Amino acid sequence: MSTRIVSNIQKFTWKRFFLQWEWMLIALLVIIFTINSNISPYFLNYTSITDATMTFLDKAFIVFPMVMIMIMREIDISVGSTAALSSIVMATLYNAGVPMVIAIVACLLVGALCGFFNGYLLVKYRELSAVIVTLSTMILYRGIAYMILEDRSAGDFPDWFSYFGWGYVGGIPFILCLFVVLAIGFVLLLQKTTIGRRIYAVGSNPKASRFSGVKVDKIKLLVFTLAGLMAAITAIFLTSRMGSTRPNVANMYELDVIAMVALGGISTVGGKGKMLGAVLAVFVIGYLQFGLGLINIPAQMLLIVIGILLIVSVTVTNFRVTRKAPQRKAKKNQAKKVS
Amino acid sequence: MKRWKLVSLLMVFVLTILAACGQETGSGESSEGNTSDGGGEAVTRHAIVFKSTGNPFGEKLMEGFENAIEEVEGEAILRAPEQPTVEGQIQIIEELISQQVASITIAANDYDGLEPVLKKAINKGIKVISVDSAVNGDSRMVHVNQADPEAIGRIQIQATSEMIGGKGQIAVLSATSQASNQNLWIEWMKKELEKPEYDKMELVEVAYGDDLRDKSVSETEALLQSYPDLKAIIAPTTVGIAAASKVITDKGLQGEVVVTGLGLPSEMAEYIENGVSPWMYLWNPIDLGYLAGRTADALVEEQITGAEGDTFEAGDLGSYEVVKTEDGTEVLLGDPFEFNKDNIDEWKDVY
Repeated sequence: MSTRIVSNIQKFTWKRFFLQWEWMLIALLVIIFTINSNISPYFLNYTSITDATMTFLDKAFIVFPMVMIMIMREIDISVGSTAALSSIVMATLYNAGVPMVIAIVACLLVGALCGFFNGYLLVKYRELSAVIVTLSTMILYRGIAYMILEDRSAGDFPDWFSYFGWGYVGGIPFILCLFVVLAIGFVLLLQKTTIGRRIYAVGSNPKASRFSGVKVDKIKLLVFTLAGLMAAITAIFLTSRMGSTRPNVANMYELDVIAMVALGGISTVGGKGKMLGAVLAVFVIGYLQFGLGLINIPAQMLLIVIGILLIVSVTVTNFRVTRKAPQRKAKKNQAKKVS
Repeated sequence: MKRWKLVSLLMVFVLTILAACGQETGSGESSEGNTSDGGGEAVTRHAIVFKSTGNPFGEKLMEGFENAIEEVEGEAILRAPEQPTVEGQIQIIEELISQQVASITIAANDYDGLEPVLKKAINKGIKVISVDSAVNGDSRMVHVNQADPEAIGRIQIQATSEMIGGKGQIAVLSATSQASNQNLWIEWMKKELEKPEYDKMELVEVAYGDDLRDKSVSETEALLQSYPDLKAIIAPTTVGIAAASKVITDKGLQGEVVVTGLGLPSEMAEYIENGVSPWMYLWNPIDLGYLAGRTADALVEEQITGAEGDTFEAGDLGSYEVVKTEDGTEVLLGDPFEFNKDNIDEWKDVY
């Protein structure tokens, strides 16, 4: 059994302040900007950077709830399929004559419902692991999407709908504005509210938090429903960018999102990491991809670079954790030797 | 001890990443050098975006494109997302727009899904054409098509008739039941079969092997079992034709059942040599890419605008004319190319 010493009065020291993983990500961002503007003359200008931001931000909305889910030691790999299904429902309803505004509301509802169903299964059958449950719903939701639309595409949305994916608010992409607003909201939710603190508590020790009166099930349901809702928002932006949709959209988005969360310093064993880290990681991966795309490196090479980046970041975060609890490790090693 | 292990592991990773970065910077600089060589008049850059990486047909297509661009002394940018998705292609096109390329040639993963981003490219003065797999008429200036679907359909029936002496049962082994190009070709095959000279030929079944080797093999075996008098199998897909030929060869049915259709020479050489498939067809992906490259160049050099009736010289391939289609315009590469015992040797190593 591991014991965790939680001191509720953390003294502020400059050393601790600068040792935060978020500074590492900011440094990484600066390095990426420097390298990118050196290797490509097209990187450092306003249009390029805003255009790139519009391209990679769509899936970033799912990062918010995914951070919470992973802090709670769970995972949701059905978000890509949820996005595809909500997008298909929206397009099908609109093509059937439903007004676009209602179709968008339906899209959000379907997303939230998909997420709620994941949460419900996990709460109802506690012995099931989140990987298996969301793997099943990942296949299920994608299957329903294919059933509705078969292998066709649907679209012909009204002109104003393209504003989501392509519009600007006074020179700043609309998607970026919304992302920043939501990011501030989620940072406050996770870092400053009771719900946020309870999420950390559940991640650190689910049993103890349950026994101490934390409504674990309620929080789980809420967080998974949020994941579905955010997947639906992703669906709206993605569909708007493409102007049409088909059942295989948002393929593998779950992996991209999990990669961003992992790079953001959220520990996979739960209870650790900050929302801000994941938000920064979105931009690190996004601009890294864009910069490498500008010098036209092959797609496989891109995967290698991101893979290495992830390995390094996970090792470093892990290293920090082990250093903080050296005694625990030592004891474990001793125990191993004895047995 | 443990800590030192971790530190050393970490250092190895950091070194790897530094090495990777170093390489990238190196290659980046060299390509930058290329573009800035001319100073004021930079080399014209033409980009091609294929469906996904690791597709042999796509590699040959891009090779042809690169050849054409090199001939006109431009710089070719070859890109493809690692998954065959619209999202991946949008991202790449955005990157190409930022790089201010002169033209973008796209083999699309979706007919409509790229419209907004391609329209944006066109608005920024970039010439946009599609090749192999088209985008809708609003989002392209011209489409470069391999061959007329009518010609592809009809020629396969004509060939089969010649192989089996104009009478007997025939079957089609296609890709998936929703594959739009295959379905169109099969429609034309059926129309060709309505002609009186094929009265004694009977199309008994259209089977779907889904472009999977296993399923195509079992579908072929089922066809042979259900129709013992079957004379020919037409497989208008590269996976299907190879699978059908393998089954016929393994069962020792050479001479009794013939196979023809559309196949890759490298995969079919064995069966053309052993007579299972006397001859078959395919367009040359290298030529297709070459024609696309030349078309892109003609658009950038303003020899054509992509309107119906425009004509231009496509280097080694000769002269081409832009023709009208249902929505938009296209350039046709020409009739499918015949591969037989006489020429298979020179092609089997090419693609």
